[in-house]
Amino acid sequence: MPALQTLPDHSGRFGQFGGRYVPETFIGALDQLTEAYQRAIRDAGFQRELNDLLQNFVGRPTPLTQAPRLASHALSSQSGPKIFLKREDLAHTGAHKINNTVGQALLAVRMGKKRVIAETGAGQHGVATATAAAHFGLQCEIYMGAEDVRRQALNVYRMKLLGAKVNVVDAGSRTLKDATNEALRDWMGSVAHTHYIIGSVVGPHPFPMIVRDFQSVIGRECREQCLELFGALPDAIVACVGGGSNAAGIFHPFIGDQSAKLLGVEAGGRSSRPGDHAASLCWGSPGVLHGSLSYVLQDEFGQTADVHSCSAGLDYPGVGPEHSYWKDSGRVEYTSVTDQEALDAFRLTAELEGIIPALETAHAIAAAIKLAPSMSPAQNIVINLSGRGDKDVQEVMRLTASDAAPKH
Amino acid sequence: MPFVCAGFPTAETTEQAIPALADAGAPIIEIGIPFSDPIADGPVIADAMHKALKSGITPARVFQIVKSVRRRTQAGLVAMVSDSIITRMGPERFISEAASAGFDGLIVPDIDLNAAAPLSGLARLHHLSFTLLIAPTTAPHRIGQIAGLCTGFIYLLARVGITGESDRLDIQDLKQRIDTIRRQTKLPIAVGFGVSRPQQAAQVATVADGVIVGSALVRRMGESPDPVRTAVDFVAQLSQKMDSAIAPA
Repeated sequence: MPALQTLPDHSGRFGQFGGRYVPETFIGALDQLTEAYQRAIRDAGFQRELNDLLQNFVGRPTPLTQAPRLASHALSSQSGPKIFLKREDLAHTGAHKINNTVGQALLAVRMGKKRVIAETGAGQHGVATATAAAHFGLQCEIYMGAEDVRRQALNVYRMKLLGAKVNVVDAGSRTLKDATNEALRDWMGSVAHTHYIIGSVVGPHPFPMIVRDFQSVIGRECREQCLELFGALPDAIVACVGGGSNAAGIFHPFIGDQSAKLLGVEAGGRSSRPGDHAASLCWGSPGVLHGSLSYVLQDEFGQTADVHSCSAGLDYPGVGPEHSYWKDSGRVEYTSVTDQEALDAFRLTAELEGIIPALETAHAIAAAIKLAPSMSPAQNIVINLSGRGDKDVQEVMRLTASDAAPKH
Repeated sequence: MPFVCAGFPTAETTEQAIPALADAGAPIIEIGIPFSDPIADGPVIADAMHKALKSGITPARVFQIVKSVRRRTQAGLVAMVSDSIITRMGPERFISEAASAGFDGLIVPDIDLNAAAPLSGLARLHHLSFTLLIAPTTAPHRIGQIAGLCTGFIYLLARVGITGESDRLDIQDLKQRIDTIRRQTKLPIAVGFGVSRPQQAAQVATVADGVIVGSALVRRMGESPDPVRTAVDFVAQLSQKMDSAIAPA
């Protein structure tokens, strides 16, 4: 399906999805960004600088680790596929978010912008933005919902240590959606000297394309590592989807490989009732939010619905427009797992593999555990281990306080 | 052109305020349809919208309000509405319901320009004016494109940044931008965003065809024990200042 790889079109559309549903004030800055990006990707100097940063600052390539104990747990006593983990948790700052922020910070410098802003949910994107800003000597402000500030206190302090100003957003649901609103409002007044580093494959064109491209380093590395490790492409790739940046990054280089099943995993929360989950692709429908047309959770009048997830990074009512296109084209399958399934996978991965994954990532692991028994021993599954879970330890303690304590 | 947020502080206030503001000298009234995530709006209007939504305001209820005031006023009633709402309700349904409620036009602040032509056509079909924004950052080549899709009037942003009260207003810069736009369209130009005081409104009136005052009015209505009275007094004050500014010497 080569057409899928050449999107978006010149107006920023992935099929009907995407576009630029924003106040006119932004258009000049979006055009400037599109142009700067097109120039940068054709410039060998930019590529060299970016690759150097990815290698020597971010610590890439990240390993592909086999997870035999997790696999045998998933398969009980039957035989089945091998499971591998693409270790984005080992990238600098502990998640894939840094792949995008160093790229966009480099663009900001090229555009002569001295200040960057960002929204953050779990805080990983905020930390990654603050990190890139510190590295390049850019002024940095982060917007974060009050509820997320509470459940991700560690990351708030990290951002402050990195010299960023953290603005607590008390409006609406006090989570990622509202932080994004505030960052956009800041940018309405500051476009001339500020670059908005959007953290996911969402927002108006060209953001979904730029973030996907910077994150695609995950999939490109993974492809080479699979060929080296087991001499074939993976049969299934599983990634969690909030806005969808880690999933887009690992899926995109495999979009043309029909043999690779691509599975995106959304936050199923407490139930499939409205307000109990954040599964825009599974249970939403096309609408406009934060600058693009995509699947979204809204009421009948277009008001954004309340969403819920135990994971701050997935607690978002929208999703990247390219995912909407991949869903409708049938190329990627999307499913959801519940808070409880994610919490179980969180603990299992720690106990069986010695890796504490982010709660977001735990959703992908839970879905892979369910997928594995349907596959054969000759097959291989890759899970995108998008981030580490240190930031979630306190929240998991709180959420599981009534359950039995860890077994040992 | 005063801006009221439908349903703020209450639906009843909006219903009473619209004809009263027309009587106080407003030829056109902009009625904001509350949206959960208004990214172009500052704290005053965003907060008003959230409160209105909490009290149960929906586009359907706004249409009812307009229907009931339509018989009591000749003023132009223009909806300010996010494309999120139009897309979800369906453009056909939204436009036909807005028109049959008695709206005279709509302003869509966040539509994708490449997707605006069908909506502009639909609005024309239902005899609604159709207005898009032009910003200080709008490149010259887009001005004609935007103006070409508009009917009724053009909404020019006085400054970059979100809606809200502001002390600064560069009237020379504004005049230059208006001149640039006038070279490309004959449509009237209304100016909003950051125009809050009678003195500023009067200054803008000397260079533009219309002046939109939003946050300053919404804030006063929110703070007042008698929001309709307060709104009427403020709008009367604005129109009086504007009238004397543009009166022939």
